[in-house]
Amino acid sequence: MSSVASVHSLWTMAAEAPARIPAPKIEYAQLAPALIVLGAAVVGVVLEGFVPRRSRYYAQLLLSVLALAAGFAAVVGLAAGGFGSTKAKIAAMGAIAVDGPALFLQGTILLVALVATFTFAERRLDPAAHGKRVDSFAAQAAAVPGGDAERAAVKAGFTTTEVFPLALFAVGGMLVFPAANDLLTLFVALEVFSLPLYILCALARRQRLLSQEAAVKYFLLGAFSSAFLLFGIALLYGYAGTVTYAGIAEVVSDGAKQITPALADTMGNDALLLIGAALVLMGLLFKVGAVPFHMWTPDVYQGAPTPVTGFMAAATKVAAFGALLRLLYVVLPGLRWDWRPVMWGVAIVTMLGGAVVAITQTDIKRLLAYSSIAHAGFILAGVIATSKDGISSVLFYLAAYSFVTLGAFAVVTLVRDAGGEATQLSKWAGLGRRSPLTAAVFAVFLLAFAGIPLTSGFAGKFAVFKAAAESGAGWLVVIGVISSAIAAFFYIRVIVLMFFNEPKADGPTVAVPSPLTMTAIGVGVAVTLVLGLAPQYFLDLAGQAGVFVR
Amino acid sequence: MENLIALLVAAPLAGAALLLCGGRRLDRAGHWIGTLFALASFALAVPLFTELLGRDAEQRTLHQHLFSWIPVGGFQADVAFQLDQLSMTFVLLITGVGSLIHIYSVGYMEHDERRRRFFGYLNLFLAAMLLLVLADNYLLLYVGWEGVGLASYLLIGFWQHKPSAATAAKKAFLVNRVGDMGLSIAIMLMFTTFGTFAFGPVLGAVGETSEGKLTAIGLMLLLAACGKSAQVPLQSWLGDAMEGPTPVSALIHAATMVTAGVYLITRSGAIFNGAPDAQTAVVVVGAVTLLFGAIVGCAKDDIKKALAGSTMSQIGYMILAAGLGPIGYAFAIMHLVTHGFFKAGLFLGAGSVMHGMNDEVDMRRYGGLRKYMPVTFITFGLGYLAIIGFPGLSGFFSKDKIIEAAFAKGGTEGWILGGAALLGAAITAFYMTRVMLMTFFGEERWRKAPTPSPAEPSVEPAAETRGEYTPPHPHESPKSMTIPMILLAVGSVAAGGLFSINEAFVKWLEPVTDFEHGHPPLSASAITTATIVVMVLGVALAYFQYGRKPVPAVAPRGSLLTRAARRDLLQDDFNHAVLVRGGGELTRALVQLDHSVVDGAVRGTAASMGGLSGRLRQVQNGFARSYAVQMLGGAAVLIAATLLMRGV
Repeated sequence: MSSVASVHSLWTMAAEAPARIPAPKIEYAQLAPALIVLGAAVVGVVLEGFVPRRSRYYAQLLLSVLALAAGFAAVVGLAAGGFGSTKAKIAAMGAIAVDGPALFLQGTILLVALVATFTFAERRLDPAAHGKRVDSFAAQAAAVPGGDAERAAVKAGFTTTEVFPLALFAVGGMLVFPAANDLLTLFVALEVFSLPLYILCALARRQRLLSQEAAVKYFLLGAFSSAFLLFGIALLYGYAGTVTYAGIAEVVSDGAKQITPALADTMGNDALLLIGAALVLMGLLFKVGAVPFHMWTPDVYQGAPTPVTGFMAAATKVAAFGALLRLLYVVLPGLRWDWRPVMWGVAIVTMLGGAVVAITQTDIKRLLAYSSIAHAGFILAGVIATSKDGISSVLFYLAAYSFVTLGAFAVVTLVRDAGGEATQLSKWAGLGRRSPLTAAVFAVFLLAFAGIPLTSGFAGKFAVFKAAAESGAGWLVVIGVISSAIAAFFYIRVIVLMFFNEPKADGPTVAVPSPLTMTAIGVGVAVTLVLGLAPQYFLDLAGQAGVFVR
Repeated sequence: MENLIALLVAAPLAGAALLLCGGRRLDRAGHWIGTLFALASFALAVPLFTELLGRDAEQRTLHQHLFSWIPVGGFQADVAFQLDQLSMTFVLLITGVGSLIHIYSVGYMEHDERRRRFFGYLNLFLAAMLLLVLADNYLLLYVGWEGVGLASYLLIGFWQHKPSAATAAKKAFLVNRVGDMGLSIAIMLMFTTFGTFAFGPVLGAVGETSEGKLTAIGLMLLLAACGKSAQVPLQSWLGDAMEGPTPVSALIHAATMVTAGVYLITRSGAIFNGAPDAQTAVVVVGAVTLLFGAIVGCAKDDIKKALAGSTMSQIGYMILAAGLGPIGYAFAIMHLVTHGFFKAGLFLGAGSVMHGMNDEVDMRRYGGLRKYMPVTFITFGLGYLAIIGFPGLSGFFSKDKIIEAAFAKGGTEGWILGGAALLGAAITAFYMTRVMLMTFFGEERWRKAPTPSPAEPSVEPAAETRGEYTPPHPHESPKSMTIPMILLAVGSVAAGGLFSINEAFVKWLEPVTDFEHGHPPLSASAITTATIVVMVLGVALAYFQYGRKPVPAVAPRGSLLTRAARRDLLQDDFNHAVLVRGGGELTRALVQLDHSVVDGAVRGTAASMGGLSGRLRQVQNGFARSYAVQMLGGAAVLIAATLLMRGV
C-alpha cells in the first residue's frame, strides 16, 4: 500500500497544495555583467541580419568592445559596492552567486575577452584577398573547403563576422559558469560557452580541414564529457534531493533530514554521492584540460584559428577552474577527505604528463597546448590546498596565466610564411636575429610560463606552491617543482632556438600587425611584467576576493 | 689623535685612485703625486708615534671605529683600526721605507712610459699594507692581506710584455692563493670558536679554548704566513717575483709585504703560545727556510735572485724567532725592521748597478764596479756588512739575539735550532761576500763580449753578440736614487745599535708581544763569539773562492748541490712532479667522473625523459574514438579511486 503511494507520488500531485509557480525574483543589477554580454550577443546576431556586409565588421567590433567594457565596468561597480566581500549574496533564486571569487573571475574573463577580441579583429596579417582585407576566419564557414563556393566567397571578400557574437555568447556562458550556484545552471552555462567555441574552432581561414577536424573532435569529446557531467548531476540529485550547492553541501555534512518520498531509496546513499561527485569533477577536469581528460587539447589548440586558441586557452581555463573551485569549496568540503587524495593523483599526472610530452613536440601551438596542461596541474595544486590562500593563489595564477597565454598565441599569429602561420618549431630558428623585438617579447612569455622570477609566472607559481605546502601537500610541491624543471627545458629550448641558432634561408617572416594585435601583445607583456615585479597589490586583491558565499 | 689613523690608509688609497683613474693627463706629474701621498702618510705617522711615546707603556693602544661593515645578527664585522706599538713599528717602516722607494723610483722608472700607473700600484700597495697592519680584526686584516697580494701581482707583472714577468706574476698569485686559503680557514675557525674576529676578544679568549682548536687555527695561520712570506713549502714564487722592477723587489719582496707572515704570527702570539705543536711547526718552517734560502742564494748568478734567496733566508730567521714564543717575538720584529733597512738598501743598490749596466743582472758580467759607482758601492757595502752581522751594525744585534733565543729554546731542540741559525749565519756571510766580490771587485768582465753559455743553451744569444760588442758605460745613478740609498744605509748601520740601547726596542714592544728573557745553555758572550767566528769563516771561504781566483765568465758546472741550488733546490721540479702532474691527473679523473657519472646522469635523465615523452606521444594518435576510450578509462579510474578512498 505504501509502496503504491510512493510510486503514485511520482506522477501525481498532492491535492492540498495547488500549484502556483511563484514569479522569479531577478536581481538584474547583480547579474548585469552576464546580462550585458548576452544581450549584446543577441544584438550582434540581429546586426548580422540587418547591417550591410561592408559595415558589419566595424559594427560588430564596436559592439563587442563596448559590451565587454560595459560588462567589466559592471563587475568593477559590483565589487566597489561590496558584493565581492561583505554584501556577497546569491541571486536569481539561488542560481547565481555574486561573491568575491565570482567577480574576480568575471573581471578576468572580461578583460581577457576584450584583449582577445582585438586579435579576432586583426586584418593585416593575411595578405589581402582580391583587394579586400581579411582576418583569420573562413570567408564562408558553410562552404566546402577547396570548393567553388569557397572560391566565390573569397573572391567576394566575405568575412565571417559572426565570430564576434559567437565569442560574446561564449563569454556570457563563461561569466555564469564560475558563478553558477546550482548544478543545472552549471550545466547550462557549460553548454552556453562550449557550443560557440566548437563553432569558432572550425572557422580557420587556412588549413580548414584541420580546423574542422579539430572542431568535430572537440564537439564529440565535449558532448561525451557533458554526458558524464549530466549523469553525475543526476546521481547527486538522487543523493541530496536537490541541485543547489548549499542544499547538497548540507546533506553531505549533516545527512539527509527530510527525505523526499520519491527519493527514499537513494537519498543519503554515499555510493551515489561519491560516484556523482567523481563524474561532475570529471566534466570540469575535461574543461580545464587535466590528464587523463586532456586528449582534446593539443589537437584543438593546433587546429583552431590561433586567436580562438588564445581566447579559449585563457578564458575557458579561468571559467572552468572557477567552477571547479566553487564545487570543491562550497558543495563538497564535507567530502574533502575523499576527493583530496584523488585530486592529488590527478594533479601529479597532469603536471608530469603535460611537461614530459611537451618535450618532444615540434609544433609551437601543440607545445603551448601541452604547456597549458602542465599549468592546469600547477593550478590544481593550489585548488587542493583547501584554504583561503588556496583560493586566492588560484585566482592570482589564473589572471597571470591567462594574459601570458593570450600574448603568446598573439605572437604566434605574427610569424608567417606562404602557407599562413609558420607553427613548425624548426622554422622559428634564428627568429631572434631577424626580428629581435618579436622574439624578445615571445621570450618574455616563455620565461613567464617557465616561472622565472620577475615575471607573473613566478609570482603565481610561488603562490600556489606556497598554499599547497602550507596545507601539508609537501610532496605535491616537490613534484610540481620537478615538473617545472622539466617544463623549463622546452621553454628555454625555444628561446635557444630563436636566439642562438642560425636562421633558415626560407624561414618565415614576421608580419607587421595593426595596432589591435600590438595592443593585445603589449597588454600581455605589461601584465606579465607588472604582476611579476609588483605582485603584492594583486595578491591582496585576490586575497580579499578569496571567500565564497554559501 | 685617534682620528688620524684612518687617514694613514686613506692617503695612499686616494693617491692610487687619483693615479689609476686620472688618465693620461696626470702622466707628467704622476710620479710626484704618488710620492707626495706616500710622504703624507709618513708625515701622519710621525705625530702618531710621538703621541704614543708620550703615553705610559700600558696606554699606548689607540682605537678608531670607522663604521660597521657587516652587521648581521651574531656576525659582526667592523671597519676599525688599532694602533699599538707593533702596528706603529710597521707603520713607520712601511711609510718610511715606502717613501724612500717612491723617491728612488722617480729616477729608476724615468724612461718607462707607464710610470704613472707604476706609482698608482705602489700607492695601492702602501694602502693595503697599512690596512693589514692597522686592522683591529682578522677579517679586515684579510682585506689588506688580499690587497697586498693584488698589488704584488700587478707589480711583478708590471712589464707584462715580457712573458717571464707575466708568468712570474701568475705564479706568485697562485702560490699565494694556497696561503690565503689558510688564512680564510683560520678566520672561519676563529668565528666558529670565538664568535668574533676582533683581536681583543679572540686573543683574550684563548685561555678558555681547547688546545686542539688553537693548534688548528695556528697551523692555518702558519700556512698563510708561509704563502705570503715565501717560507718552505710555499717559497717558490719569490725568486721569480724578481721579474718585477727593482724598487718593487726592494719594497714589497724584501722590506714589507713578505714580512706580513711574521706580523701575523706575532700578532696572533697568544694563539701560538697556547698551541705548542703549532709553535714547533713554526720553528721547523723557519729553520728549514733559513738554510734553504741561504743555499739557494749561494748558487745564483742573477744578483736579484741571490738577494731573493737571502730574503727568504732572513725571513726564515724571523719566523724561527716568532715560533720561539715570548722569548723571540720582539727579536723577530727587531730583525724585521733592521732587515727592512739593509735589504731594501741592498736591492736599491742592485737596482743602481743594473741602471748603470744596461739592466744586466748576471753578476758574472759585472766586476770592479766600485770605481765607477762609488756611492752605490759604499751604501751596498754597508748593507752587506749589516746583513752578515758585522759587529756594531744593525744585523749583528738583531740576528745575534735570534741565535741566542734559538739556543734558549732548551734541550736538543734548542741545540738543533741554534746550530741551524749559526750555520745560516755562516752561509749568509759566504753568499753575501760572493755577491760583493763578484759585483764590485775583481776583473772588469763586462768589457769582453759574453760567450754563449753552454750550460743554458736555451738562452738566445743577445743582440750585441751577433754584431760588434759595445761594452756598457757603468756610471753612478742620479741623486733621486742615491739619496734614498744613503738614508737606508744610515738605517742599516745605526738601527740595530739604537734599538739595543737599554733594550729600548724590546721594552717598547713588550706590552703587545710579552717578553721573557731566554736562558741559553751557553753564555751570551760565547754565542756572540761563535756568531762572529762563523761569519768570519764564511767571508774567508768566499774570499778564497771569488776574491783570490778570477771569476769565470761562464758558470762552471758545479757540484750536484750547486746545480740543485741553481734550480732553487728543485722546488719547481718538485711542484711540477707532485702538484702540477698530480693535480692534472686528479683533474682528468674528475673530468672523467663528471663526464661519465654527473653528465651521464643528466643526459640519462634527459634521454629517458625524451624517450618517455616520445612514447607517451604515441597515445595522442589523433583518433577521437581512442580519446573517448581513454576518457572512459579515466572516469572509471576516478570513480574507483574515489570509492577506494572511502573504503580505506
